[in-house]
Amino acid sequence: MTKTMNFFDDLEKYSSNVAIITEGSKQISYKDLLETADIFGKQIKKRCLVFMVCENSFESVAGYIGFLRAGAVLALIQDTTDNTLLANLIEVYKPEYIYLSAEKSEMQINCTIVYSFGNYTLLKTDHNTDYTLHKDLALLLSTSGSTGSPKFVRQSYKNNNSNAEAIAQYLGITSTDRPISTMPMSYTFMLSIINSHLLKGASIILTDATLMEKRFWEIMKDNNATTFGGVPYIFEMLKKLRFEQMNLPSLKYITQAGGKLSKELTAEFNDICAQKGIKFYVMYGQTEATARMSYLPWEYACKKLGSMGIAIPGGQFWLEDENGNVIGDRDTMGELIYKGDNVTLGYAESYLNLSKGDENKGILHTGDLAKRDAEGFYYITGRKKRFLKMFGKRVNLNEIEELIRTAGYDCVCTGTDDNLIIYITEPDDKDRIVSYIAKRTGINRAGFSFVHIDKIPRNDSGKVRYSALN
Amino acid sequence: MKNKQKYDLAFINSFSIDENKLGDNLEYNTIQEWDSVGHMGLIAELEEIFDIMMEMDDIIDFSSYKKGFELIAKYGVEF
Repeated sequence: MTKTMNFFDDLEKYSSNVAIITEGSKQISYKDLLETADIFGKQIKKRCLVFMVCENSFESVAGYIGFLRAGAVLALIQDTTDNTLLANLIEVYKPEYIYLSAEKSEMQINCTIVYSFGNYTLLKTDHNTDYTLHKDLALLLSTSGSTGSPKFVRQSYKNNNSNAEAIAQYLGITSTDRPISTMPMSYTFMLSIINSHLLKGASIILTDATLMEKRFWEIMKDNNATTFGGVPYIFEMLKKLRFEQMNLPSLKYITQAGGKLSKELTAEFNDICAQKGIKFYVMYGQTEATARMSYLPWEYACKKLGSMGIAIPGGQFWLEDENGNVIGDRDTMGELIYKGDNVTLGYAESYLNLSKGDENKGILHTGDLAKRDAEGFYYITGRKKRFLKMFGKRVNLNEIEELIRTAGYDCVCTGTDDNLIIYITEPDDKDRIVSYIAKRTGINRAGFSFVHIDKIPRNDSGKVRYSALN
Repeated sequence: MKNKQKYDLAFINSFSIDENKLGDNLEYNTIQEWDSVGHMGLIAELEEIFDIMMEMDDIIDFSSYKKGFELIAKYGVEF
């Protein structure tokens, strides 16, 4: 067997292309990106774990590429992660290095400064626990960055390469593409956009500005962005900003993932995009599958409204019933199962798990319920697991309940995407609970609502009867 | 209710903040509540209170409590 080349090891071939366009519209070539990246890489003496607190900036992407090229394993952390939660993650994973921006450096960690670049600093921690990193392990990505859970997804080099290749293939990405960032780089959706475009020698426009800021639209227009990706909430914002009236001639296609977009909004954007000559791709994925599992070819956007499409190149879907039998009939609901090279190795909950190899063997039980039509297109119909997407972030309801209970309040959580309902027995403390949970998770308080109940419904064994809440 | 009071109330309701936080220092992204999600809520609240429909340029230009007055004033609201 020949060793597969990692896309980040082979970027020299694009030397003269522009790799990164910064907020100040500064263009950085692949040559300059790699030079900077490899300076970081040289600071790392051996294969070890590096914690990287991500921003959408040149420094951040250069660190990402540099550490990967140096053979380090990278844990990507969202920059809005609460300092207490970050300190806990560091304790649990004992990284040898931490790469973070000046804004986070007020954290009290026992470290020495190894190298500084721009507003970023590479710190060496005093952890000297010797632990094994599995040879296939490339990245650790958070399953729900917001609650600070130490549960990470273990991604291999093969996962990262194969998913970038597949995405670049079905979207037809070329070196002339210019995606603009709309989400934090630590989100797998955004990371997949970065990876698949670097793979093709394209230019990535990086900004931390949101769609609600004038700066975002200026950067987009000044640099002729050709594409962006959005979670459902981004489409709510585009609607509010009356996207249909915007004049963005450079825009070629838009992708949607990170939760199911309502049928109404999908139809609306199908129409708007068709009028404007923009291709609109509805897609589906999970961090457990690196990022992407399906896409709806844009030609089918109207005909297959509400569908998440078909498997990406190299991937395969099927449905299973409760007993694990494959469902052959069309329009019959079952759990969506995916098979492909992008199915990640498994989870980690501490540094002790980083020596583990592939536990999934290429097969992922998505936890999503779906059905398939006669032509092989899939439709998500529900969810087996107790989690919600909150403005693009995955939130585990059990973890939210646990956080609130830790603060001393009994509660039960349910809800729908972007609307998490907290059932409480003490209505007077509503405001304190929402302030606490918004601070800990970084999710805007507008996403939480409360229902007062006299008693948490439980069965004889003490388990919460969620069905009794509705 | 005076328009200034209505304007203040939109911020207080959208962000659940105390009145003493309102002022020239209150800008987008300076408090956790005023992120892109909070911004959507604030705009919706202002549009309802003043019965107006804001243009895209004004929505994305609404970068601070102070700036908001002149933008809302464009819709015939007098302060």
